[in-house]
Amino acid sequence: MSTVLLIFYILSAFTLATAFLTIYSKNPIHSAIYLVLCMVSIMGHYLLFNAQFLALVQLIVYAGAIMVLFLFTIMLMNLNKEDEVHKPRMTRYAAVIIFILLCGVLTYVFVDTKPIMGEYDVTGQDFQSIKVLGKVLLNEYMVPFEFVSILLLTAMLGVVLLSKKEKSTR
Amino acid sequence: MATSIQNISLSGKKKQVSHKEMTFWERLYLVAIIKGLLITIKHFFRRKATIHYPEQVREFSPVYRGKHTLKRDEQGRENCTACGLCALTCPAEAITMKAAERKPGEEHLYREEKYAEIYEINMLRCIFCGLCEEACPKDAIYMTISKELVPAQYDREDFIYGKDKLVMPLEVAMANTKNLN
Amino acid sequence: MDSALIIEKSIFIVVIFAVTMLMAMYSTWAERKVAAFLQDRVGPNRAGWGGLLQPLADGLKLFAKEEFEPNTPNKFLFFVGPGVAMATALITSAVIPWGDKLEIFGRTVILQATDIDVSLLYIFGVISVGVYGIMIGGWASNNKFSLMGAVRAASQMVSYEVAMGLSIIALLMMSGSLSLRAITEQQHGMDWNVFYQPVGFLIFLICAFAETNRTPFDLAECESELIGGYHTEYSSMKMGFYLFAEYANMFISSTILAVLYFGGYNYPGMDWVGIHWGTNIATLIGIAVLFVKICAFIFFYMWVRWTIPRFRYDQLMNLGWKILIPLSIINIMITGICILAFK
Repeated sequence: MSTVLLIFYILSAFTLATAFLTIYSKNPIHSAIYLVLCMVSIMGHYLLFNAQFLALVQLIVYAGAIMVLFLFTIMLMNLNKEDEVHKPRMTRYAAVIIFILLCGVLTYVFVDTKPIMGEYDVTGQDFQSIKVLGKVLLNEYMVPFEFVSILLLTAMLGVVLLSKKEKSTR
Repeated sequence: MATSIQNISLSGKKKQVSHKEMTFWERLYLVAIIKGLLITIKHFFRRKATIHYPEQVREFSPVYRGKHTLKRDEQGRENCTACGLCALTCPAEAITMKAAERKPGEEHLYREEKYAEIYEINMLRCIFCGLCEEACPKDAIYMTISKELVPAQYDREDFIYGKDKLVMPLEVAMANTKNLN
Repeated sequence: MDSALIIEKSIFIVVIFAVTMLMAMYSTWAERKVAAFLQDRVGPNRAGWGGLLQPLADGLKLFAKEEFEPNTPNKFLFFVGPGVAMATALITSAVIPWGDKLEIFGRTVILQATDIDVSLLYIFGVISVGVYGIMIGGWASNNKFSLMGAVRAASQMVSYEVAMGLSIIALLMMSGSLSLRAITEQQHGMDWNVFYQPVGFLIFLICAFAETNRTPFDLAECESELIGGYHTEYSSMKMGFYLFAEYANMFISSTILAVLYFGGYNYPGMDWVGIHWGTNIATLIGIAVLFVKICAFIFFYMWVRWTIPRFRYDQLMNLGWKILIPLSIINIMITGICILAFK
């Protein structure tokens, strides 16, 4: 077993374990912290691909910004054990059934896939360097890139509008 | 108008509060911050106000009330006659004493026939008000001449000062006499 | 990868760690000295000459103190908090170019732990994760004041990271590289970025103050309202770790300021020294120059601390969102126009 494979297995185990614990732990803060660890281990997966830029953006955006805000909100909400919502039995059974169905679908998909055996295009360019990445993003994928930015802008404006509206009615 | 009460400034530093709109530069606060930084850096190079206490001692004012001294007269005899007025007048009840009679042959030690065998001041109780000084009919107790502070100690017992620490040393009394003559 | 390289890098990393620790240690001394001098006092002067052994005495005191633990259900997270704060404060130094090349025993030693392509992003990533130390510690303390401190630290960090990133983008548009070594080499010969990006520098400086939780932005630990903020419940060396991490952060952010805007290890007459006295001496002087710049920034941090009072919380948020972010976007636009016009 090569070192990379070993690291991959350890990382995957860690990722899966933290992801599972995120759902499993009852304390919301613990959940959030497990999710942070999960994000960081996904960053490790990116590093295994040698995708430094992607890895660091993952760290900054998910672990550094989004999860900080998550934790911030959870801390402000002051969730106690008494506030826990009791779910009716029916939803639990439904959740279990849906989970099993999803598992079945996923296993079917994975079993049916064939490993990719095709050749990778070797252009001689280092696609991990930000220069190449930037050129690709702003030349070949210009239109989707701009669409994504417009989408983000719309979302941002929507949030601003929502928060403003509430104030004016008071 | 000029003499109205709003315009009188006893200290000469009175400033009228103005509610004028701040200009753009003032609202940036950068100028104010730089001004503040310059003020603080000026203090960086200024002479320090600190006195390195145990090595350097600040000069006492002539009326500063420090550690008590039981005075001796020109011939080196103790002034105190153990009348107890200082203990009586002490608002903090810090002074205790025990009187004794002067034996023949001790005339060079004590001025009067009666003297204080034990004279103790509890420095933790003393408030350094100086009433003992004022009450003393024999000019025996003084707080201004020692020019000393009562130093810190680790045990409470060490703050009870007996005659060994309070009575003016003989050499000092002799030197005082020489200066008088 | 040959083993000599590994040994070389390990030694270098250990040296960087030691230097960071030492700088953090003596920053505490310097902080007290500077505070005293700015207030017409003399500061610590009993332990060693000029109080130079004071940090050691402080450390000894912290080690010997009783370790107090609050009644918290999260003992483990209570321990993890200071550890995360310390670790993130220390690992940032990996990508900083401390000097040019040195030639020792026939080997060319590059004075940088690693020169990855995305060093600047790495620094951002580590700084953004650094707030977890404060948040986890503050929350695990099971104390309202600590929680308030943690929440404040989180929102402050997120708000100011945006402005910081935007102010850096203007710089990156000029340099065209995220590598700190490339940015430093571009500033060779008094071509410092601060002359081209004064507004960006100012924004970055303000954000650096906010990110390191220094006055006037130390709302996470403001003594007058929150006792000690996130480290109210901490004692002994765990507390020491938090304080140490703050000073290590200050050192690192001063270094980044010096590298990004003040030419890093570059100094006027560097080439002349390199030709006449040898490259090694030029490099050593470069390291010294970098440290002088760093110390100047550290002094500036302290100077500001004892000059400007703390912000109110709404003022802090207004400054971050309504002033610094628009300003940095305008700065980006102006930089873009200038690059188009002059190139």
